[in-house]
Order: sequence, then C-alpha cells, then structure tokens
Amino acid sequence: MLDVRLYLAQRISAILMAPLVLGHLAVMIYATQGGLSAAEILSRTQGSLWWGLYYGLFVIAVSVHASIGLRVIANEYLKLSGAGLNAFTWLTGFVLLALGGRAVAAVVL
Amino acid sequence: MREPALQHSEKTLDVSVWQGNAAGGGYRSYSVPAQESQTILDVVTWIQHNLEPKLAYRFACRVGMCGSCAMMVNGKPRWTCRTHVQKVVEGHSLTIAPLRNLPVIKDLACDMSEFFDKWRRAEGVFHPTSTREEEIAPILPSDPERIAASEAIECINCAVCYAACDVVALNPEFLGPAALNRAWTLINDARDGARIARLKAVSVAGGCHNCHSQQSCMTYCPTELNPALSIAGLKRVTAIAAMKGEI
Repeated sequence: MLDVRLYLAQRISAILMAPLVLGHLAVMIYATQGGLSAAEILSRTQGSLWWGLYYGLFVIAVSVHASIGLRVIANEYLKLSGAGLNAFTWLTGFVLLALGGRAVAAVVL
Repeated sequence: MREPALQHSEKTLDVSVWQGNAAGGGYRSYSVPAQESQTILDVVTWIQHNLEPKLAYRFACRVGMCGSCAMMVNGKPRWTCRTHVQKVVEGHSLTIAPLRNLPVIKDLACDMSEFFDKWRRAEGVFHPTSTREEEIAPILPSDPERIAASEAIECINCAVCYAACDVVALNPEFLGPAALNRAWTLINDARDGARIARLKAVSVAGGCHNCHSQQSCMTYCPTELNPALSIAGLKRVTAIAAMKGEI
C-alpha cells in the first residue's frame, strides 16, 4: 500500500542506489583483480570519512528502498494492513539499517 | 489443436457456464449450435432462451457501446457482444464466468458498485469552473493536454480492465485502471477546477502509486485504451505536486 510519499521515497532511494551499486561493483572488481588482501583493503577503508559516507549513504538508501518494496509484498501476499503493515515496514527498515550500519562500522572504524 | 473456422451449423460448441451466487456455485455444461459470426453474447442468449431460462446475465446495446456485457471467456475478460466465438474458442470449448475481482450477484451478473464507487473516490467527477452564461473555454485540438485526454477518453465503463488487473486482485483497496484513467482525463481538462483535490484523491494508500505497470488493462481493454499510460501520467504529476508541497 503506497501513497505518494512512500512512492517518492522508493524512487529517490533507487536513483541514489544506481550509481552507488555501479561504484561498489567497480571497487570490488578492482580490489580483487589487483590481488589486495583483506588487511590491505581495511588499511585503506579504516578511518576514511569518504568510504564511511559512501557506504553509509548506500545502507540508508537500501533500508528505505527495500523496506518499502517488502511492504508492498507483505500487503499483497501476506495481507498485512494498517498498523501491522506500518510496524512491518519500520522494523524491516531498522533491521536493514542496523545490519548495514554494523558492516560499515566494521570496515570504516 | 485449434479447429478451422466454425462455419457449419451442424457443429456444436461445448459451453461451460458458471452459475451461482455470492455464496458459491459451479459450472454447468451445454451443447450449443455453432454458427458463423456468432458472438459470445449470442451463445449465452441462446442458452438462456433454449436451455436455462433462469440464467442471469447483463447486456443492453449489443454493439459495444454500453459496457454492460463483459464476462470472463476462457479465463480472459471480454466484451461479449463484440467477441466472436471463432476468435476465442479453444477446440470446441468455451468457458464463461462472471467478471473477476467483482462480487457475483447471480450467475454471470456482477455487482458493479465498488467499481463505480472507486470512480467517485478517484475524484472522477467533473468540477466546472464557469457557468453556461460565460464564454466556452477555447481548447485547441493540438493542445498537449487535449491530446492526452483524447487518448484516454473513450472508456465504456465495462470493467474489463478491472477484471484483468492483478493489483486489484491482490489489493482490494486499489482504485483500479478505469477510475484512475478517468481521473487522468480530468487532470488534462482545462475547464476542470478540482486538480489539487483529484491529485490528493489518487495519491492515497489505494491510489495510482500501487500500480505495478503490468499492463493487463491495456492488453484487454476492448476499446484499445492504455490505462497503464494514464496511471504513469498520474504518478508523474502527483510526484511533482508532492515535491512542490501542493498535495
């Protein structure tokens, strides 16, 4: 069940994710093709404000986008609605944010 | 294996017709003489006149204008008065059922109330901005909004798109293709004075943003309209209006 604000949030998060996904794929290929070890990658990312912002923004965009997408599926196929559907959406978003935030913290801090 | 054109009157059709009411029902089978240029409505009428006098179904104009005779034919929504048996028959078989996504009253007649209630909920009513005493608003045929409205305006309210829509089936709150298509024609009507109210009406939880753009509405629309395109237009203008803080 989408209103115009949820629709916009999902579209804007998708627009943000498109370049971030391409950058993420490019960095993965570059890092592994170059034969960098985990320790070498961490030495580049730890303490880096830019990698923190890059993946922090990525995680936020994913949390918003996926929780709204799963909301639609939960409504149409699990028949969740009203307060239950809102709770499901927020919970999904926070779980993704927590998991993603934990991963970003592990690589950047 | 599809039969060649059914042209000989000695051939018969095996027709299964759903009968029942809101509490339930089932299919009953009939043999119907096949005739050239026979429509699905002809078949249903023949069954009612000759075999099943109690069979309930709905039709009026028989020429594709009134939009009252739509039914599911071999699983697909069709306007039965303009659907030739030869074009949809599978072998010799026809399965005829009431429209999907609407409650049944009896047999092939559906309760259309929710379909038309959703037109009202989508603000599908014209709100005039001037009286008959004033000048008629000049609208050029080349005006882009007039062109957009013209592409969507020949709806006959048959509910074929509503029956074809999987989003309606999964989310009963969804306003549906016909009501949203109607709202789009009014959004493009320069004489109408309820633009913001209408943009709000189609932006609620069951509004245009729930469309998955599967385009079954366009595939089955008997008058070849494209409600999915109208809904895409509504998504565009409502998104812009929301970002401007208008809705």
